[in-house]
Amino acid sequence: MTSLRPDLRVIAKQVPHGASLLDIGCGEGALMANLKADKAVRARGLELDPANVAAAVGKGLSVVQGDADTDLGNYMTGSFDYAVLSQTLQTVHRPDLVLSELLRIGQRAFVSFPNFAHWRVRASLMFGGRMPVTRLLPERWYDTPNIHHVTIADFRAMADELGASIEQQWFLSGDSSTAATAANLLAEHAVFLLKKH
Amino acid sequence: MNGDRGAAGTVASLGELGLDSGETLPALDVAYETYGTLNEDRSNAVLICHALTMDQYAASTHPVTGKPGWWLGMIGPGKPIDTNRAFVICSNVLGSCLGTSGPTSMAPDGAPWAMRFPVITIADMVRAQAKLIDHLGIDRLHAVVGGSMGGMQVLNWDALYPERLDNAVVIASAARHSAQNIAFHEVGRQAIMADPNWNGGDYHRGEAPSAGLAVARMAAHITYLSEAGLTEKFGRRLQDRDAKSFGFDADFQVESYLRHQGIAFVDRFDANSYLYITRAMDYFDLAEAHGGKLAAAFEGTSTRFCVVSFDTDWLYPTSESREIVHALNAAGAEVSFVELSSPFGHDAFLLESPELNRIVAGFLG
Repeated sequence: MTSLRPDLRVIAKQVPHGASLLDIGCGEGALMANLKADKAVRARGLELDPANVAAAVGKGLSVVQGDADTDLGNYMTGSFDYAVLSQTLQTVHRPDLVLSELLRIGQRAFVSFPNFAHWRVRASLMFGGRMPVTRLLPERWYDTPNIHHVTIADFRAMADELGASIEQQWFLSGDSSTAATAANLLAEHAVFLLKKH
Repeated sequence: MNGDRGAAGTVASLGELGLDSGETLPALDVAYETYGTLNEDRSNAVLICHALTMDQYAASTHPVTGKPGWWLGMIGPGKPIDTNRAFVICSNVLGSCLGTSGPTSMAPDGAPWAMRFPVITIADMVRAQAKLIDHLGIDRLHAVVGGSMGGMQVLNWDALYPERLDNAVVIASAARHSAQNIAFHEVGRQAIMADPNWNGGDYHRGEAPSAGLAVARMAAHITYLSEAGLTEKFGRRLQDRDAKSFGFDADFQVESYLRHQGIAFVDRFDANSYLYITRAMDYFDLAEAHGGKLAAAFEGTSTRFCVVSFDTDWLYPTSESREIVHALNAAGAEVSFVELSSPFGHDAFLLESPELNRIVAGFLG
């Protein structure tokens, strides 16, 4: 599991053997391939970029090219143990609608995203007066795919509004985990495990 | 009973075939080619379903035209459909004209069926293939693979015999024929029937309606390409001349090309077969039998699907493939889908494409 991105490593560790999982925004399918090989997980993916889809299908993974904003409606309610949205929430047009679809399709949902309230982001805006360009948010304001920046506090509020409870949460700084205390200031990114009430 | 019948290659006589129309074909012949070897537990068979005017010669030389197999890039040793591992079967579809029963074959009265041949459907083609698979002693296919009309057959295989296939590859296809596709087919059919040589389909003793069939092919051929592809290949360039002739000769290269396509086609295809097969495609609507709900056609399937479309294909556009994918998702089926980029329109599925190869190879594993 060492080759996985830190947030995916957290998710992979939690998913039990033989579970079913829909990875929304699965890229080339790194998480799916890992879980399929190590835990015999029934993994499916949705990915916007055709080259990523071709790479994933070429590896024998089941991935559909599609858009999280428009193509989730066809998946059956409760048809997966887990729905995963990793580093994708901030790129969709309607994060609230995508998250409620996630909670509908999966018995549980994993969501990971870069925290826009990290102190470095805050400092960049406060002292530089410019939109932050950081390690996790490397693009400039005009060419970034991240169209809905979100903080850990924002996400908690949205989950609450959607009637989802937070079962577990992990906070990461660099590649290692960080404490839940003052996470909104100190965590570079967060992983949440949600369940609909 | 098997027999070698010249251009048809190997032909299996498979007895009666009940049809969607309610009629029964008394003596079904299916001409087919195979590549690779069937393994001991008969689990490595891959059925290739061909498009409208193709034939069983998917990976071997066509006996009439002398051209290499139409899917040689896809099928062969070390190819995505690897004949070192798979036993590949490709049969001429019902209604066609290269050895399988169709309007050119003999009716019980000893004369060609011509327009007395019963109207057939895509499902009938699949039933004929299933009889061939039975004949070959194969219960379950590792995969059924096809592009265009071949993709329709693949979809229909899963609808009719979900327990008889493990994997399905549907390329540049659709779950039903659109109004635009029916319209183009009707132009082709009317061109054939307007040729005086067609003679109500009864031309086996005289001249074939070659002019009509050539026009049908020319019209259809345009739909297999893309505007960008035509512009790139021909532009407004003139054919073997420096100036316009102010006449109706083939001044433009694109005219000359289409005329050549039309003429070459009539040497290898039968006009009545063209009528029957285009009709079968027009009648195809997989959701029809399920109250218009496509997902219901896939309910409970355990088949893995791989669906591929091409971005410049306006005959079977990506939206049609997405309909299939959405229905498969709604049915909880295992599906992969990708839209590939190509300048070649619908024809892209027949051309060498490293991306398509990689996807099919990876999917079939």
